[in-house]
Amino acid sequence: MTETVSITCIRCPIGCDIELEVEDGEILSLEGADCIQGEEYAREEFRNPTRVLPTTVRVTGGVLPYVPVKTAEPIPKGKLEAAVEELATVEVEAPVELGDVIVENICDTGVAIVATRDLPAAEEGPVAAD
Amino acid sequence: MTESRQAVTSDVDAMRREEHDLVVVGGGPAGLGAAQAAYDEGVDDIVILERDFELGGILQQCVHPGFGLEYFEEELTGPEYAQEFIENVAERGVDIRLDTMVLEVTHDRTVYAVNDEDGVTEIDAEKVILAMGCRERTRDALDIPGSRPAGIFTAGTAQRLINMEGKLPGEKAVILGSGDVGLIMARHMHLEGAEVEAVLEIMPYTGGITRNVVQCLEDFDIPLRTQQTITEIHGNDRVEGVTVQEVDDDFEPIPGTEYEIECDTVLLSVGLIPENELSVDAGVELHSVTGGPIVDETRETNVEDIYACGNVLHVHDVVDWVTEESMIAGRSAARSLQDRVETRKEPIEIESTAKLRYVVPDRISTIDPDREEIPLYMRVHAPMEDVFVTLSSGGEELTRTFERRAEPGEMVTLNVDSDTLAELPEPRLELDVVQREEA
Ligand SMILES: Cc1cc2nc3c(=O)[nH]c(=O)nc-3n(C[C@H](O)[C@H](O)[C@H](O)COP(=O)(O)OP(=O)(O)OC[C@H]3O[C@@H](n4cnc5c(N)ncnc54)[C@H](O)[C@@H]3O)c2cc1C
Ligand code: SF4
Repeated sequence: MTETVSITCIRCPIGCDIELEVEDGEILSLEGADCIQGEEYAREEFRNPTRVLPTTVRVTGGVLPYVPVKTAEPIPKGKLEAAVEELATVEVEAPVELGDVIVENICDTGVAIVATRDLPAAEEGPVAAD
Repeated sequence: MTESRQAVTSDVDAMRREEHDLVVVGGGPAGLGAAQAAYDEGVDDIVILERDFELGGILQQCVHPGFGLEYFEEELTGPEYAQEFIENVAERGVDIRLDTMVLEVTHDRTVYAVNDEDGVTEIDAEKVILAMGCRERTRDALDIPGSRPAGIFTAGTAQRLINMEGKLPGEKAVILGSGDVGLIMARHMHLEGAEVEAVLEIMPYTGGITRNVVQCLEDFDIPLRTQQTITEIHGNDRVEGVTVQEVDDDFEPIPGTEYEIECDTVLLSVGLIPENELSVDAGVELHSVTGGPIVDETRETNVEDIYACGNVLHVHDVVDWVTEESMIAGRSAARSLQDRVETRKEPIEIESTAKLRYVVPDRISTIDPDREEIPLYMRVHAPMEDVFVTLSSGGEELTRTFERRAEPGEMVTLNVDSDTLAELPEPRLELDVVQREEA
């Protein structure tokens, strides 16, 4: 049975609405993209949609109680929630440097979680994460 | 502010006094870019005054990617983008004062700043660059009736709570306003475990970019409801729900369309206002549309030697343009300090038709031999497709740029060649937007 899937291209601000006709997971036709990049995007987005996940993890002894992190590469969209859950259990110690690997392999994706800023240690009493 | 001023005058003898070539008020991306550019142009006596405990401004709480695509040609998160510029000013030995609040800037460029260590410092500055950023509109600016329970936050406050303090503002949220901050917060709230019931938008279209609509709402099946608004907030101690109503084309609620949504949190993402209390006190004239100072192409305000850039000047959606603009301000202030620019006998006024909401700058008032082109930043009133933005003078078209899609949420830039300006039919430039067919 053929079905129609619509995907909005986000490769550029124009945001073309692309319609895919698919059958059994195969793309039969593709319409609405203004350029070749959009067609590529729609194919990828249909087969394996991925996203960079930005979030935060707990820090002890830092000038702030949380440090921002992201996945070093995009991960499958379906794993975003699981990744956030796994990161909720992680705690690192200040100082943290931009680019530090916080988790090596998040949710078995093979992708690392890295810090996205320097977070110095607090000079006086540490700020508690609650 | 009256209280602090009294402190200034009564304590006048004990006050620290300093002189500097350039004082930058605010250490967000605008202040950092301005300081860096001024230094690179040859000015080394620069002070940045920042009230927060660290540099970086609002970027430190914007942990999502989407920054730097223009400037670094690489997609960075807010903190990563900020850190580049923080390192740049540190390397240049710029004098950075944190936890330091600027209380007043006078029209003759005396800056009063206070911190715990030094008390009040009076700084005589040759040039001042204002880079205080913007603040969010709150419920008071909206006038939503109903009780005043806890659980109503601006989207930016919620962003700071989650990303810097690790606190989730609530469990079931309705977001009012679909600009980028509202959209980003919908995703954040969802991923952190809250339910986002809906994002409501009073306009017929979202104020955010497509990418955020896709990746923040559609990815998680969060509904975006346009031409709807909150007409009442319920709850005594804590928000318990909201009444939502459809609106007509004049934004008037349509009777009979009311429905209720149960929620414990309302996030407001209903606009940003440039933070200009200091500017006004200095005698700086503000633009009726942008809410920021009226400036020339160097970003100098009507008060001589006081410049403005970044969100304090006009609200930017993309930080890369903040950097570009602040570098113009920093470079221009430096060149002016070094007497490298000439003032035009008569400034070139920049005007626009009703299709454009605003244009920055307002006029071109200097001649700078080192400058090849001048970027004009503008926003359209309503979404338009397949248009040309044209620049003319005395009825003669000088240049144009094509926009496949122009949205109020995305700034349009048109660059004018310095050479073009040398031989204008009249000291006036006119911007217009025309459909491709007509053009
Ligand atoms: C909530 C929110 C979310 C945003 N999200 C995005 C986004 O996702 N992507 C994007 O590209 N842009 C985003 N923006 C726009 C963003 O603000 C700009 O791109 C950029 O950060 C503006 O830089 P700025 O330096 O002008 O202002 P800011 O970053 O706001 O910096 C202003 C600085 O001035 C300081 N200051 C103010 N008054 C004083 C004073 N009296 N004395 C001393 N210091 C003072 C402040 O503490 C602050 O550090 C967002 C804006 C807001 C408000
Ligand atoms: S298809 Fe091409 S033109 Fe359309 S949004 Fe994607 S990249 Fe832009």
